[in-house]
Amino acid sequence: MPVSTPGPGAAANPPPRWWQNRRTLPWLVQGIVGLLLLLLIAFLLGNLVRNLSAAGLLLTWRWLGQPAGFDVSESLLPFSPDLPYWRALVVGLVNTLRAVIAGLIGSTLLGTLVGMASFSSNALLRRLVRVYVEVNRNIPLLLQLVFWYFVVFLSLPNGTAAVQLPGVVLAKSGLYLAGPGSGGWELPSLINGVWHAPLRLSVEFAALLTGLIVHISAFIAEVVRGGIASVPRGQWEAASSLGLHWWNTMRRIVLPQALRVIVPGLNSQYINLAKGTSLAIAVGYTDLYSVAETTLNQTGRAIEVYLILLTAYLAIDLGISAVMNGLNRFVQLRER
Amino acid sequence: MRRLARWLPVPVMAGALLAGCAPDGGSGVQSAKLSAIQGRGKLICGVDGKLPGFSFVGPDGTYSGLDVDVCKAVTAAIFGDPKKVEYRDLNSSERFAALASGEVDLLSRNTTMTLSRDAAGGNGLSFAPTTFYDGQGVMTPKSSGITSLTALAGKPICVESGTTTELNLADRMRELNVPYTPLKFQTGDQTYAAYLGGRCVAVTSDRSQLAGKRTNFPNPAEHVLLPDVLSKEPLAPATVNADPAWADAVRWVTYALMQAEELGITKANVADRVTAAKANTNQADLRRFLGVEGEFGKQLGLPADFVVKAVSAVGNYGEIFERNVGSGSPLKLERGLNRQWTQGGLIYSPPFR
Repeated sequence: MPVSTPGPGAAANPPPRWWQNRRTLPWLVQGIVGLLLLLLIAFLLGNLVRNLSAAGLLLTWRWLGQPAGFDVSESLLPFSPDLPYWRALVVGLVNTLRAVIAGLIGSTLLGTLVGMASFSSNALLRRLVRVYVEVNRNIPLLLQLVFWYFVVFLSLPNGTAAVQLPGVVLAKSGLYLAGPGSGGWELPSLINGVWHAPLRLSVEFAALLTGLIVHISAFIAEVVRGGIASVPRGQWEAASSLGLHWWNTMRRIVLPQALRVIVPGLNSQYINLAKGTSLAIAVGYTDLYSVAETTLNQTGRAIEVYLILLTAYLAIDLGISAVMNGLNRFVQLRER
Repeated sequence: MRRLARWLPVPVMAGALLAGCAPDGGSGVQSAKLSAIQGRGKLICGVDGKLPGFSFVGPDGTYSGLDVDVCKAVTAAIFGDPKKVEYRDLNSSERFAALASGEVDLLSRNTTMTLSRDAAGGNGLSFAPTTFYDGQGVMTPKSSGITSLTALAGKPICVESGTTTELNLADRMRELNVPYTPLKFQTGDQTYAAYLGGRCVAVTSDRSQLAGKRTNFPNPAEHVLLPDVLSKEPLAPATVNADPAWADAVRWVTYALMQAEELGITKANVADRVTAAKANTNQADLRRFLGVEGEFGKQLGLPADFVVKAVSAVGNYGEIFERNVGSGSPLKLERGLNRQWTQGGLIYSPPFR
């Protein structure tokens, strides 16, 4: 360390003082900025706490353990009004996740089919697909949900007049699906004017799911269409010169290559779908937002309830993003 | 460090948001809210807006109803002119947030007074006197043949979320051990649309609200109220706890409407009564009530003759009731509990002294 040792050269070229040191200076500046920032945050938090306590609204979570006192219309978990608020919120979260997962599967399947159909050789089908996409993606989701619930599902008849399809009965009291019952495979049956089936979906859930799937599948169809269009035309020609039919070309040659373009685009559509489930309250489905709203009204803990809501939706969306990013890495070309 | 620096703005923005949420503290003897209303030149009143008899927008765009008349009475008491009021339609979930944030000055929206809504640790509201004593009821289509709550076992019931109704229903059905499916909607419109669409065999709400909504149904005669009364629902105007002086002003304007009925002062005769009180110095009670002497108005931060202004605008409590929900209205509700205490009812104003 010849520079720092005092010697004959030191008088001509004195060592830099510590505040002139190019090594410490950036740290010093960062430190001061960081300190100011911490002070600012402390001031803002202090301000928040002072004003909240003045208004008697200081954050507290004890109410979470108190009995909810309200009922929910449908729940995968057992629930009764004497259970605490946090259980009610969990019930709402599970109902939300149920809508998200079913919506993801449904809209992916439908969207992929519609996206593929826009490359069909049948001109009528191609036109129909355009109409489907343009109509569904240009009408707000809330309007569509209200339409499906109040106009379509609530005009279904009940009892013997219900719409009966093979294995499925559509009635105002719910959707009844065939499934594995106590005595093997069971079909929906009418007992004393009331339908019974191994699997029943409420019309509220059905309306929410239909609205979400139809709306989001239109966007997914466009993503899929973009992905397929990105595959060079030569791939199609090569496949057909090998004698592969349209379906086999699509399934074995084109779609796997298109996935690289499709997957990143799907991510934001999936997130839109997850966020869209919070409109469930418009059609009477008990999702997280619906339960949270009742909770908020009964407890008056607006800030806490909204913090829970924000965290929950953020976690769901970040979870979807994480899964999709993993999937994205999986389908990308590996460069060796 | 560069990575950290990239994230630095995030807590700053979050902090700014939090600071923005903080309500203005401060309450004094002089009502900050009342000064703000006077400075603004109008009162902002939160109402339902879709409930015939209580607050409803007519075909000409004007609001009418019992709740609306309370807004008008308070407005007239402040400004001498019942037109200096602006209404905000609020659904049951929005109402308390709108009041707490100061978006509305006064909530006159068939709101049930309860402990948790009143308490500082709950919603922190301050309730004015009850303007309508109600009870929760259940309405079913006549054709359903349902005549009691127990007959609703296993059936879907439509209810508006964020109401006391929702909780009372859960309590009563638990008591009776009757399983049921509550279908909750965010607004009254959605609730009644689902009921009329046949999704629920019953809809539950305050009995007055059911009667009011029924007048707008395609076939009102086909829907009946069950005899069961599920709860007490004292409906009262509300303000926030943080401004007791403003709450007092609203409270005593409401009492003035009730006291006016007790004293037989009506919209038609109030001017004559003032003239009479001015001429006769012996009628001290009346002179104080009408603001001819004393300083009741000043104590509340209102004009001396605020009672006269309120009654000239909307009439006394009895007139308001009959015009909006009683014999003079399509609802044709009985006065029942809402009679004056002198006639066996619960409407009772403390003395103006």
